[in-house]
Amino acid sequence: MATAHTATHSASAHDHHDDHEHHDNFITKYIFTTDHKMIGKQFLVTGIFWAIIGGLLSIIFRLQLGFPDMELYWLKPILGGWIDDAGKLDPNFYLALVTMHGTIMVFFVLTAGLSGTFSNFLIPLQIGARDMASGFMNMLSYWFFFLSGVIMFISLFIETGPASGGWVVYPPLSALEQAMPGSGLGMTLWLIAMTCFIASSLLGGINYITTVINLRTKGMSFSRLPLTIWAFFLTAVIGLLSFPVLFSAALLLVFDRSFGTSFYLSDIYIGGEALPNTGGSPVLYQHLFWFLGHPEVYIVLLPALGITSEIISVNSRKPIFGYKAMIISMLGITILSFIVWAHHMFVSGMNPFLGSIFMFLTLIIAIPSAVKVFNYLTTLWRGNLIFTPGMLFSIGLVSFFISGGLTGIFLGNSAIDIQLHDTYFVVAHFHLVMGSASFFGLMAGVYHWFPKMFGRMMDARLGYIHFWLTFIGVYMVFFPMHYIGIAGFPRRYYSWTNFEFSNMYTDLNMFVSVAAIITFGAQLIFLFNFFYSMYRGRVASLNPWRSNTLEWTTPLHPKHGNWPGEIPTVYRWPYDYSKPGAAEDFIPQTVPLSATPESNLPHEQELVKLEKAIIADEEEVLVANESKES
Amino acid sequence: MYGFLIAVGILLLISIIWMVYRIQTLVSVVKGSDKKVASGSNKVNAMMFVLFLVGSGVLMFWYSIKEFDNYNPPLASEHGAVTDQLFWITMAVTGVIFIITHVLLFWFPYKYQYKEDRKAAFYPDNNKLEVIWTVVPAIVLALLVIGGWKAWSDITKPAPENAHVVELLGYQFAWEVRYPGMDNVLGANDYRLTNASNVSGVDFSDKNAHDDFNSPVVVIPKGEPVLFKIRARDVLHSVFAPHMRLKMDAVPGMPTKFWFVATKTTEEMRAELNDPEFEYEIACTEVCGKGHFSMRRVINVVEPAEYRKWLAEQKPYIVNNPALVENLSPEMKELAEITISEHK
Ligand code: HEM
Ligand SMILES: [Cu+2]
Ligand SMILES: [Cu+2]
Repeated sequence: MATAHTATHSASAHDHHDDHEHHDNFITKYIFTTDHKMIGKQFLVTGIFWAIIGGLLSIIFRLQLGFPDMELYWLKPILGGWIDDAGKLDPNFYLALVTMHGTIMVFFVLTAGLSGTFSNFLIPLQIGARDMASGFMNMLSYWFFFLSGVIMFISLFIETGPASGGWVVYPPLSALEQAMPGSGLGMTLWLIAMTCFIASSLLGGINYITTVINLRTKGMSFSRLPLTIWAFFLTAVIGLLSFPVLFSAALLLVFDRSFGTSFYLSDIYIGGEALPNTGGSPVLYQHLFWFLGHPEVYIVLLPALGITSEIISVNSRKPIFGYKAMIISMLGITILSFIVWAHHMFVSGMNPFLGSIFMFLTLIIAIPSAVKVFNYLTTLWRGNLIFTPGMLFSIGLVSFFISGGLTGIFLGNSAIDIQLHDTYFVVAHFHLVMGSASFFGLMAGVYHWFPKMFGRMMDARLGYIHFWLTFIGVYMVFFPMHYIGIAGFPRRYYSWTNFEFSNMYTDLNMFVSVAAIITFGAQLIFLFNFFYSMYRGRVASLNPWRSNTLEWTTPLHPKHGNWPGEIPTVYRWPYDYSKPGAAEDFIPQTVPLSATPESNLPHEQELVKLEKAIIADEEEVLVANESKES
Repeated sequence: MYGFLIAVGILLLISIIWMVYRIQTLVSVVKGSDKKVASGSNKVNAMMFVLFLVGSGVLMFWYSIKEFDNYNPPLASEHGAVTDQLFWITMAVTGVIFIITHVLLFWFPYKYQYKEDRKAAFYPDNNKLEVIWTVVPAIVLALLVIGGWKAWSDITKPAPENAHVVELLGYQFAWEVRYPGMDNVLGANDYRLTNASNVSGVDFSDKNAHDDFNSPVVVIPKGEPVLFKIRARDVLHSVFAPHMRLKMDAVPGMPTKFWFVATKTTEEMRAELNDPEFEYEIACTEVCGKGHFSMRRVINVVEPAEYRKWLAEQKPYIVNNPALVENLSPEMKELAEITISEHK
């Protein structure tokens, strides 16, 4: 390509430092790699694979909801017996599709695909470390995830179908094989897969936390960390504290399923038979599940918020507004996310007094979320905005975060939730605030860091088209769901025609399904752009977005170890954009304050003295070392 | 056929993408715009945000107003009036925030789009602003929560003594509706007694069970408190009566309840909606298996006098099926015979 040569010269100078490095073979470089960058890419590509699967599943059940009379014979080659002789989708398989869609999207795409990709890729690069604290654990983390995926994938094809009780897999439905076919082998495989997934998350999380705490480069204090890193760090903390609880919930479920215990089972008559179990409580499972489940929504969301904070700041050419407030909000969300779980259970039959308590706690967590939105808006205000695809997706995220966050205020109010619980209103809410917002964070991150990942640029104009189709598409899909939710349409329904109150809006559902198919189709643009640019994209310059953070000081294709020489030292926070007095509109973190007297703020002028002393000290040590060596 | 169409569609899409892509790379190379900080597309994207704001805003208002009566389920319970009011107050408050934030979010990109000769403002923080927009949402939310809390406490407080009891038992895949009969006390139950002729596992050795009866329709009086006692016998289910703004899970091993007062009879609602077919309905809203989407029951709200008449006409389980009391102790059986003869 003609354009490929224009930008190379800036990068080539750095490219031949590594003659002394050991050479990896294919297996250690691409498969069992311990390089955090490659592991990040592995997570990304696997996440994209799962996003396609999860998306396809949703298209199938959207066909059922939008076009209930459609004959689906053409799906018989893949779905076999799940399409009956009249060409109709089996209602059991409908539930299986919904369940797998939810599980895949929440865990495989938006947890592993998002956190896994960007925590791995960015933490060492942005804090100035050679790699993760433990490369080996990091590798294990990916391979546990991979194994989990393989098992989940196999479960899609077994005769009784995959797990089908919804992504929350509430017992007794999920505990009793008699209750539905998916609760047999499919559910067993789900539990095994999730156990591997939890192991993967924990291995990753421990690594992220350790790395951020211990391996920051010189000068990179916590108050100089980019917000991305703060977000990844807090996400890992949440995961580390909540995933083990999911594990215990799953373990007790395994006992109930296979060893005759009664943790969740009591007084059950099913399949013409009274079971011996007494004394268990299905509500106990719900408490345990949501103790992970609610923090999980922030595990999914926080990294996306971190990514957008960075991208919006860079492309507004402005410091993020309220850096400290952003950190405090994220800390607040981290803590509060552990004490709101029972807002998913207002009508589960638990004590109504608990409902009151959790209503108050839930609405408190809306406050830090609101602060974040206002801070994003103020960052855009009086900026000099460049609409890279990453920036577009970030703005889209803020929009979804507002739309979906506001409906949370309805659902968090237990009196209003009576009517809305388990209707499409909830589906609209969490798809906007958690699904779409995080997905846009993932996309923003890919567009923004693609040059660092692959040394090439993704095509911007395809990115714009991808953004607008997706942004409009997502609203077309999820906004109408509010209306049918208010009308009372229940979730996880194969068809709504059995009820008079929901025997309407067939047109709207058809519209939603068409919009979903178009939106899914628009992702092909991204896939093309992603894989094409990986090999044929325009070669990137070293710092294409003119950004301040450390990752852009590495060579175009950083080797294992990231920086050829010394790891750079950090002298300032990452958001010195458009500083008054400075010639350029950005000052990278590696530029000492003493080098920019013209733009220093009064309190920074104070720091200059300190900095000079440190630099002098260092030089002495350096000189001493050199004289020793020679 | 569909498969073929889809394949053609995908092929077409891919080739279009490909062409657009080739053409625009060539154009950008010719124009040299690939080296600029912000290309001409910057203006287009900025415009698009404004267009999106106006377009989707108009669409939203138009549809929300046009469809208002369709997506609002008719209301027929006392507490529902309160929760509906809370819903619309919350809608007003969040609606205003929604609009303001979105106007700003989409107008800023237009107003502050990149200009080479402008420098962004260096504006890293302002504690006063942060405090304002922490405290103001806190106050607004507190007000909303207090309203919700009051309503919630009222709704969930114990049912009045005189509430008419109805038991709803969820099972795969239907609801069994059991009435306590004239004594308004449900007989005891034990899940081990369940069988084809005793769906709810009623324990007929409890005298209170003798006048219990079931009904294919949930009949309740207007204007008097009704208490739903809710059970499940196999997996979780959830009672959802959209017009009553009522929802409560049915949990195996843990009976739950919900009480309410219906405000309009079915006839009145039919007249009001001008729909002679209208019925109040119960659906299941906790996924429970294959038939989850078909667990329908009708609620028939009638005038209290009509309710009492209906109640008196119903035949207890043991009248319809005397075999149910065959294995009872002699004394119990005697009591049962009396009940049976009363209803002959
Ligand atoms: C900000 C990020 C948020 C995320 C990622 C998120 C995610 C979710 C998800 C996934 C569900 C679905 C649960 C289900 O399967 O039924 C849900 C429901 C819910 N969300 Fe959020 N949410 C967020 C914000 C909020 C906020 C700000 C509130 C309240 C102020 C809220 C309140 C609720 C409530 C009460 C439910 C349960 C509703 C029901 O089950 O009927 N959420 N949320
Ligand atoms: Cu939650
Ligand atoms: Cu159900």
